[in-house]
Amino acid sequence: MADEHNSAGDETNRRDFLYLATGAFAAIGAANIAWPLIHQMNPDASVKALASIEVDLAAIETGQSITVTWRGKPVFIRRRTEGEIAEARSVAETDMPDPQNDIDRVQKDEWLVMVGICTHLGCVPLGQAGDFNGWFCPCHGSHYDTSGRIRKGPAPKNLEIPSYEFVGDSRIKIG
Amino acid sequence: MSGESTYNPSNGFTKWMDSRLPILRLAHDSFVDYPTPKNLNYWWTFGGILTFCLVTQIITGIILAMHYTPHVDFAFNSVEHIMRNVNYGWLIRYIHANGASMFFLAVYIHIFRGLYYGSYKAPREVLWILGVIIYLLMMAAAFMGYVLPWGQMSLWGATVITNLFGAIPVVGESVAIWLWGGYSIDNPTLNRFFSLHYLIPFLILGVVILHIWALHVPGNNNPVGISVKSKQDTVPFHPYYTVKDGFALTVFLILFAYFIFFAPNVLGHADNYIQANPLVTPAHIVPEWYLLPFYAILRAVPDKLGGVALMFGAIFILFLLPWLDTSKVRSARYRPLFRQFYALLVLDCLLLGYLGAQPAEGIYIVLARIGTIYYFAHFLVVLPVLGIVEKPKAVPESISEPVLGAQPAE
Repeated sequence: MADEHNSAGDETNRRDFLYLATGAFAAIGAANIAWPLIHQMNPDASVKALASIEVDLAAIETGQSITVTWRGKPVFIRRRTEGEIAEARSVAETDMPDPQNDIDRVQKDEWLVMVGICTHLGCVPLGQAGDFNGWFCPCHGSHYDTSGRIRKGPAPKNLEIPSYEFVGDSRIKIG
Repeated sequence: MSGESTYNPSNGFTKWMDSRLPILRLAHDSFVDYPTPKNLNYWWTFGGILTFCLVTQIITGIILAMHYTPHVDFAFNSVEHIMRNVNYGWLIRYIHANGASMFFLAVYIHIFRGLYYGSYKAPREVLWILGVIIYLLMMAAAFMGYVLPWGQMSLWGATVITNLFGAIPVVGESVAIWLWGGYSIDNPTLNRFFSLHYLIPFLILGVVILHIWALHVPGNNNPVGISVKSKQDTVPFHPYYTVKDGFALTVFLILFAYFIFFAPNVLGHADNYIQANPLVTPAHIVPEWYLLPFYAILRAVPDKLGGVALMFGAIFILFLLPWLDTSKVRSARYRPLFRQFYALLVLDCLLLGYLGAQPAEGIYIVLARIGTIYYFAHFLVVLPVLGIVEKPKAVPESISEPVLGAQPAE
C-alpha cells in the first residue's frame, strides 16, 4: 500500500510523515533548550526579592519632595501644595498627549507618588522645573506638570504611578 | 582566491605542510601575490588600518580584562586602579579608549570611500552587506564598552540606549527588563555587558574574514570603478600595497599617538569620571562622537517610536543601498551629478553629528529635521532617480588607460 504511493512520487507517504515528525520533535527540543538560555537574563530571585519597600512620610512638609529607591529606580514622593493641586485639576485633559485626570493619579490629594523615570528614554527629571511647574527632563526636553503628566516634549506617557498603598496615615508600601 | 595559485613551496617543511594544510598557500595567494588594481589611491589603505585597529582593540582589551572587575561596587574603582596602580595601565587603557575613536574614524572614511567609488555595486553587494554588519557589531561593542567604567555617562548612556528597545510596541518593556536583568540598569546589566563586550570583537574578526573572502572573489574595486581586464591592470599585493598600506598606517599612528599622549580625554566626556548614580541624571547626555549623527536623528522626531524607527532605519537603509543606486557606473569620477549629491551627504552627516551634540531645542531641532529628511531622501529618492536621469561621462576602456595618460590603451 505505501509502496504503491511511493511509486506515484508526488503524494504524501509515510516517509514524509516521518520527516515532519522528526523535524517538529527537533524544533520543540531546540526551543526547550533555548528557553533556559534566554530566560536566565530575566530578573533573578535576588532582584525580585527587593521588589517592595515601605516609606515613612511623617517628616515630609507640604511643598517638600523626597526621592526613594525602588527596584533600582527613583520614586518621587511629593506632598503637594494647595496651589499645585488646584493647578493640576484646573486644566483640560483633552489637549494632553496622554490624557489622565489628576484624581486618577493620586490616592490622597496631597501625596503624589510616581516613578521618577522620564517615559521618553529613562532619564531622571528635575523637580519643580519646566514650563508647567512640575518636572523637566534635561535629556531631551520633556515637560511634566504638577500631576506628573506629560505636557510638552518627546515623552509619550505620563510619569508612571507605581502600585502602592497606605499602610497607615503617613506610611506607604510601594510595590 | 581568484585566479591560479602562484605559490611555490620552497623547502621540505613547506612542501610537507602544503599537502596537508595549505594555509601558507592561502596566505601567499591572499596577501603576497594577490593581483590588485594598480591604480588604488590612499583611500584604499583604510582596510589595512582597520585590521590594525581591530587587533589593537583585542590585545589591549584582553589585558584590561585582567585588571577590571565587572561589578557595580568595584568597576569604577578598578578602572582607577588600572590608571594608577597597574604598570602601564594608563597607557593600555588610553590606547583602548582612543582606539575605539580611531577605529570609527577609519571605518567612516572606509565607508565613505565605498560610497564615492560605488564599491557596493554588483558584484560586491555581499561584501558591502558584510561591511554594514561589521559596522553594526562595532557600534554594539563600543556602546557596551562605554558602560564598563561605570561612570555617569556609562549609566545614563546605557539607560537611554536600552530604553530605545522599550519603544517596541507590546513587548518593548519585557525586552528592556530582559536586557537589564532587573527593573533598571544595575549589576546584572553591567555583568552581561562585560561578557558581550568581550565576545563581540571575536564576532567582528569572524565577519572580517568573510569580508576579505568576499573581497577576494571579485577583487578590489578601484578609483575608475571598472573591472580588471588584463594582467596589465594589476600589480601583486606585496610589495606594492603592503608598502603603501604600511606608510598610510604610520601616518595614521601619528594621529593615534597624538590623542593617546597629548589629548587622551578630549574625545571622552568629563562626567564619566564621576561614579554612576542612578538618582542623578547629568545635565547633558551625549553619546560618543561617532554615534552623534544617529542621536540627532533620534531626537529630530517628536515621537518616541518614530525616532527609534528612523534611527535604526538610518543604518538599515545601508543594507539596501546596492539596489537603491540604479546607476551602472561605479565611480563618482564619471558621475557629475552624483558627486554633488555625495558632497551634500557628507556635509549632511557632519551637520547631524554637530547637532547630535547640541541641546534638543529651537533651531537645532529644525536643522536636525532637515538633515534627517535629506539623509533618507539621498538614499530613497536621489540615488534611484540619478541612475535614470544622469548622463555619465565617458568611462575609460581599461584601468591602464587613464594611468598611462594620452597613450592609447593596448
